[in-house]
Amino acid sequence: MNELQFLTWVRGPGLDIAVGIFLLGVLWRLFEIYSLGRRKDLSAPRHVSGASGLHTVFRRSIPPPGMLKRSPVSYIGGYLFHIGLAIVVFLFAPHILLIKNLTGLSWPGLPSQFIDLAAVVTMAAMLVVLVDRINKPVKRFLSTFEDWFTWGVTFLPILTGWMAVQHLLLPYTTMLALHILSVEILLIVLPFTKLFHAFTLFGSRWYNGKVNGHKGVPV
Amino acid sequence: MKGPLIDTLVRQGVSRRTFMKYCATLASMMALPPSAGLAMAEAMASARRPSVIWLPFQECTGCTESITRSHSPTLEGMIFDLISLDYQETLMAAAGHQAEEARHNAMKENAGKYLLIVDGSIPLDLDGAYSCIGGRSNVDILKEAAEGCAAIVAMGSCASFGGIPKANPNPTGAVSVSDVIKDKPIVNIPGCPPIPVVMTGVLAHYLTFGSLPELDAKGRPKAFYGETIHDRCYRRPFYDQGKFAKTFDDEGARQGWCLFELGCKGPVTYNACATTKWNGGTSWPVESGHGCLGCSEPDFWDAGGFYKALSMPADPLKIAAAAAVAGAAVGVGLSFANRAKKGAAKAAHETTTLADLEK
Repeated sequence: MNELQFLTWVRGPGLDIAVGIFLLGVLWRLFEIYSLGRRKDLSAPRHVSGASGLHTVFRRSIPPPGMLKRSPVSYIGGYLFHIGLAIVVFLFAPHILLIKNLTGLSWPGLPSQFIDLAAVVTMAAMLVVLVDRINKPVKRFLSTFEDWFTWGVTFLPILTGWMAVQHLLLPYTTMLALHILSVEILLIVLPFTKLFHAFTLFGSRWYNGKVNGHKGVPV
Repeated sequence: MKGPLIDTLVRQGVSRRTFMKYCATLASMMALPPSAGLAMAEAMASARRPSVIWLPFQECTGCTESITRSHSPTLEGMIFDLISLDYQETLMAAAGHQAEEARHNAMKENAGKYLLIVDGSIPLDLDGAYSCIGGRSNVDILKEAAEGCAAIVAMGSCASFGGIPKANPNPTGAVSVSDVIKDKPIVNIPGCPPIPVVMTGVLAHYLTFGSLPELDAKGRPKAFYGETIHDRCYRRPFYDQGKFAKTFDDEGARQGWCLFELGCKGPVTYNACATTKWNGGTSWPVESGHGCLGCSEPDFWDAGGFYKALSMPADPLKIAAAAAVAGAAVGVGLSFANRAKKGAAKAAHETTTLADLEK
């Protein structure tokens, strides 16, 4: 298999398999999680302002007082890499073209130089967050294989995509194929690991906020 | 300067200055040091007309057209004329047994020294019966001619990588020259057709230095196939700005914006079209408004369609809908199982009374 055949495979059958497993996994888990249901709460709700599902969805996006100072790496690094990732994934012209082809939806992109900068910032932030996880004994103790693995499968698509655009290490064709392959691995892994938070994040925040709001505690 | 080549050039009205300029350009195109231009001029001027045997196999003669016709009034065409082309079915006057004899004579007289040019792929199925010349299969003729040659030049994508005949489902079992011949130096000059100056560049290099130029992993001269079309494309700034032509006749197309969305394969195609251009530097495919087809890359016919952007799926997603339904079914199934479990737990729940505790 030469590199053009490799590229054609990842663009064709590879993508088909990855998107298939991704959709299967996402729907499976969403149905399973949201159909669990909750026990009926018989106590009378306490109304306290600021205690509700919607409040929690927003509140949890902002560091609680004092926390930014205590762990700046987690907050700033986390923010940078999530926002950077969103910019690179959703505002790079070829990515928009793919989404348009798959879903029919499209929107304007950003100049590729800006995307390049965003990719570098994202990778730097991810590396800092990783070093922090290794250096802080508590974080290291709490980390399992899944944490290291999901970091890797998230980092690889950005790295390979950036290297393809910059023509580093391997010919563009091979790097592009590796980039698409790494995204396919991410797609397959996403529904079955903690990366599924991309789908459940706001739902679970809402749920926690609602339960606690019922008890009169804004969280 | 003396020698057969320079004499003929003079006869055809080419001045020394023009010839030197041409050699200097050729040298710089191949990224050789400035002194190489002079060395090239000397070597080519006094060249002893190396014997060249050109074997056509499963091909369309487009490569021959490209080399001999489109550039005939230029130096490329003349220099090409000046090699001793001892066998070329399209160009030679001889036919039948005479032609075969010419080939055998050239092979015998120049044993170990002649250059073998091949265009077209070699069919292997049915013992090579799909393409025969003078009652002999292509693979047979190639093996015989390769034995005494100094080097082989695989002209065009068919000889280099199999090309169109090898396209899925490859009915004739077509292969490239390098699939058949393993013990000779082979230069691949892919392209459908290849750029004439690449051919003369390789020839000039061979005459000057007595060796083949530096090749990449696919056997292509690095000087011409070192960079992608995309990297050298004059439309590249539009790609970086995100300005794309959406159809072949929209405002973007008229403004000369990037053809990526129209399926241009420039980013994955290594060739020199963007720098050398075609038809004596007049234009080239992207300049004329059509995206690159990727014709100098192996198996470009089966690379997901000419008009599909590289970032698009090569095939429609077939299993996606079925997978989504299956996923939903698994989820619903599990939710029923979970509910049943909860129900069973509830039913099995035993209430503890005060009397129980006092037992």
